[in-house]
Amino acid sequence: MKLITAIIKPFKLDEVKDALKAIGVTGMTVTEVRGFGRQGGHTETYRGAEYKIDFVPKVSLDVVVDDSVVSDVVEAIASAASSEKIGDGKIWVTDVERLVRIRTGEEGPQAV
Amino acid sequence: MSIDTGDTAWVLISAALVLFMTPGLAFFYGGMVRSRHVLGMLMQNIFSMGIISVLWSAIGYSIAFGGEGSLVGDFSHVFLADTDGVSGSIPTIAFVAFQMMFAVITPALITGATADRLKFGAYAVLISVWALLVYFPVARWVWNENGWIFSMGALDFAGGAAIHINAGVAALAVVLVIGNRIGHGSEPMPPHNLPYTVLGTGILWFGWIGFNAGSALAANGVAAQAVVNTHLAAAAGMLGWLLVERRSAGHATTLGAASGAVAGLVAITPCAGFVGGASPLIIGGIAGVLCYLALGLKSKFNFDDSLDVIAVHLVGGIIGTILLGLFADTSVNEGGADGLLYGGGTELLIDQTVAAVAVMAYSFVITYIIAKVIDATMGLRVEETAERTGLDQSQHAESAYQA
Repeated sequence: MKLITAIIKPFKLDEVKDALKAIGVTGMTVTEVRGFGRQGGHTETYRGAEYKIDFVPKVSLDVVVDDSVVSDVVEAIASAASSEKIGDGKIWVTDVERLVRIRTGEEGPQAV
Repeated sequence: MSIDTGDTAWVLISAALVLFMTPGLAFFYGGMVRSRHVLGMLMQNIFSMGIISVLWSAIGYSIAFGGEGSLVGDFSHVFLADTDGVSGSIPTIAFVAFQMMFAVITPALITGATADRLKFGAYAVLISVWALLVYFPVARWVWNENGWIFSMGALDFAGGAAIHINAGVAALAVVLVIGNRIGHGSEPMPPHNLPYTVLGTGILWFGWIGFNAGSALAANGVAAQAVVNTHLAAAAGMLGWLLVERRSAGHATTLGAASGAVAGLVAITPCAGFVGGASPLIIGGIAGVLCYLALGLKSKFNFDDSLDVIAVHLVGGIIGTILLGLFADTSVNEGGADGLLYGGGTELLIDQTVAAVAVMAYSFVITYIIAKVIDATMGLRVEETAERTGLDQSQHAESAYQA
């Protein structure tokens, strides 16, 4: 099992969700986050004073999937989240040591 | 003179309109502070409705409008004794109510300058003593027939000197004592909720109709002229601010539209029932431009007037008070005077200047002393950790927004 984490542009969330549902992903967790990468921040002006806003709003998406579908899921996220402009985000994959479904006590791939 | 029910009705409604401005001001300011200080800001504003109303009934009205002194009143109306008579064409008690709402909002104006660092207890003492020693006497000077500024012939229809110059220069005095916010100039401090500020602006603009037109103390042509002047000055103030902001900073901003409207409203306040025609457009437009340019004063002199009370209220109040010396027109209000541009010569202009300078000097000196004494005894400013945590938790044990 792998945990796939994607940082994406907030307005791309619905497209990514639909793309993942279409390939059979049954659940995900979404968090509103702020951060910066190569896109950097932006400036805002209040009463003539300019402020550099470093942290840009993004959405972080966590999906735990079976090893067999990792590439499909990563590709689906990448293609749905792409606007081909700077700031589209990143996807990374980490190993999941143990997974438990709380209601039934099922473990491992059955709990995905 | 007997009571006119139309006049009375208008003054009573105006009292309610002016009351509504204080929560409007709370949201105007509250939107501009950072989220951890917003309750502190709202609280300081609505607390003025509590403490100052009580002080007004106890002694404020008597200091401002009792007796025959030219500087201060007497104790003849303590706890609203002997207020069952008639003033002009309205019941005296209606005038008491209307003026009470002015007393409430004036000290609250100061809170914008001291945002995010003024201790609540110190604030309570500050505005109470300030009302007693500064606002009540100055209101008398300007509006009571025995007051020395009134007798001199200076005009202040609804409070350019008594309210905006007075509170604006008091804000400067308190800021000089309390010091700058932690992180001022090095950390970004953007407004946390500009929609609140726009909402507050709408409430202020609406209430200002009662503030200015209610000051006619009658439902007549002067009041109607004041409604139009007030509205047009706000409109022109917005346009003036946005034009210069767009040219110098690149964008016409929401905060700029709100601030420009308020600058126009401040400037027209002393003039509202004394000018007509295109004058409110000129006065409001000039205020919008000059108040924007005055924003630079605080960085030039390094004082942290956090929400620009000085640039908007002090500068706007001075602009309105002085321009009245040019634009006053007795064909609008025969109870007024003619300004320089309406054949009245320089007399009114000089009187207006004397009024502005006198209120500035008195208010600055007394407020500075009050702030120094509070700072030396109970402390004006919250501890560093309290300031970093925010006024909401440190002063009130609350949070505005639950996660």
